[in-house]
Amino acid sequence: MHIIVCVKQVPDAKDVRLDPKTNTLAREGVEAIMNPYDRHALEEAVAIKEQQGGSVTVLTMGPPQASAVLREAIACGADQGVLISDRAFAGADTWATSYTLARAVQTLESFDLILCGKQAIDGDTAQVGPGLAHRLGLPFATCIQKTRRVSPEQIEVERMMDDGYDVLRLPLPALLTVVKDINEPRVASLKGKMRAKKAEIRTLSAADIGADPQSIGLAGSPTQVVRVFSPEPRGDRRIFSGSVEEQVDQLVACLKAHL
Amino acid sequence: MDYFFTEQQQMIIDTAREITNEKIIPLRAELDEKNQFPRAILEDMAKADLFSIFVPEEYGGLGGGCYEIVLALEELARGCVGVATSFAASALGIFPVMIAGTEEQKQKYLPDIASGARWAAFGLTEANAGSDASGIRTTAVLDGEEWVLNGTKQWITNGGESEIYSIVALTDPSKGARGASIFIVEDGDPGFSYGKKEDKMGIRSSSTRELILKDCRIPKDRLVGKRGTGFITVMKTLDMSRPGIASLGIGLAQAALDEAVIYAKQRVQFGKPIIGFQAVQHILADMAIQLEAGRALVYAAARHIDSNPKDMSKASSMCKVFATDMAMKVTTDAVQVLGGYGYMKEYPVEKMMRDAKILQIYEGTNQIQRNVIGQELNKEYS
Repeated sequence: MHIIVCVKQVPDAKDVRLDPKTNTLAREGVEAIMNPYDRHALEEAVAIKEQQGGSVTVLTMGPPQASAVLREAIACGADQGVLISDRAFAGADTWATSYTLARAVQTLESFDLILCGKQAIDGDTAQVGPGLAHRLGLPFATCIQKTRRVSPEQIEVERMMDDGYDVLRLPLPALLTVVKDINEPRVASLKGKMRAKKAEIRTLSAADIGADPQSIGLAGSPTQVVRVFSPEPRGDRRIFSGSVEEQVDQLVACLKAHL
Repeated sequence: MDYFFTEQQQMIIDTAREITNEKIIPLRAELDEKNQFPRAILEDMAKADLFSIFVPEEYGGLGGGCYEIVLALEELARGCVGVATSFAASALGIFPVMIAGTEEQKQKYLPDIASGARWAAFGLTEANAGSDASGIRTTAVLDGEEWVLNGTKQWITNGGESEIYSIVALTDPSKGARGASIFIVEDGDPGFSYGKKEDKMGIRSSSTRELILKDCRIPKDRLVGKRGTGFITVMKTLDMSRPGIASLGIGLAQAALDEAVIYAKQRVQFGKPIIGFQAVQHILADMAIQLEAGRALVYAAARHIDSNPKDMSKASSMCKVFATDMAMKVTTDAVQVLGGYGYMKEYPVEKMMRDAKILQIYEGTNQIQRNVIGQELNKEYS
């Protein structure tokens, strides 16, 4: 079974600040990490590989230094890393990114499963996974909290819902995005780290994946960021207690006082 | 202080540190309270290849020496000495095979130890054989193609949790210590069972248990080394393992110092953080001085042992005594710096103080270590 895991290098959320003057992310000096949800997607892929046999390919789009997350993934059990990197990809929104990833996936060997994190912690859109599935014409499901059964033909999973979970069966190949509840990622192994250090990272350019120049990067991105700003702090909150009747009385009194 | 580690050593430290921070520290208080063996954490360590550090490369290991084990154990002990002890006991249990085992025995056991598929334990101590290891009563008698073992081992770390046991037994009781041999007993061997599980003051996540050998029959080829050479192998095993115990003291003392300094910076009394008071500063300074001196001695002893010297007992014993006495002192001082809070279970230092005590006792009490050092001095100056 060949599993592709899409990962993204993101600034460590613990360190992220907004520059108060420009209202943009202050990225300088902030450590770059593998998107935490993607760590869980990778762990699930490695666990399925250990059970079923096969291989795991990690895929990322980013600048050359993004290869660090591919090496980290190899240290954690992935077999190979592929970096999609080209100046022409810069400024891509989720539409252009999913197109680019889809073109890259089509240049790789055939696969049985694509796993992604639910969303990246920098953009928080949760659109790239489903977008990629759509581009590739794959069945997909998001917010997977458990893999129940895997066979060469299909996968049975649990999708996290607000009030429980759905059990879904998807024919393979398919794409899944995962939540953190799905597993506990392992610590990178010593032998994995040694392998990662020596591993050759395959790099794909816009030409390598046969990308249409109008569909990638800024040119291929219909979303334009007009303004970035810190949300207004929320007003004071009060929590009423007592019986329902008492709480309603308190609420009505409070509303009247503010009219 | 920079100890100029090699790239591989740094990788080992980083990996052990990740295990400690991500897997051990979040669970240590619960494991301590519930007296619970850290099976899942040891499995995580196995996945991270930590068990392969001390196994030679030809058997699937990384071929590290005493120094590499010491570096890993120090990091693990920073999280929990109980967990680190469980890990260290697997190394201790397999050292006899590495030192004196046949090629077939190494092929059979070492790859499983390296991958963490099976864990080991070391069975020497008995009710009447502690510091005086020659007092053991367990016997092994050859009956055709099988050895028959009888006796009870006491306080065996990883007892009931490991699959492979190195058992010291008398093959010629009339010869005393010179009549001892080492055998591999496996979990599930006929006549082999587990007895009382101890309820301990510290290192409560580690399993300490009785091993019962009642007409335990094992194949003839489970004898490790030549018959009657058991005690020589035991002494070599302990020479190699003692710096590991010393490094548990280093990691533990580092953890205690970290807690004490962080607390002293935050705790305000008489209008300022207590680290501003010289009385507190001096306690912290003495903790740091003793810790760094201990660390330097342990690293030096480990490197000495890795150079395969003719005699390693003195260096091995010296670092064990110094580092573990230091750990007892430093953890006690950490409780003092935290005052009443230090005595409460909400803070980790009371556990550290409880965990420290065993380091002065197991793998040869610190009094026995001083005997060894004294005897070596006597020889050197003769």
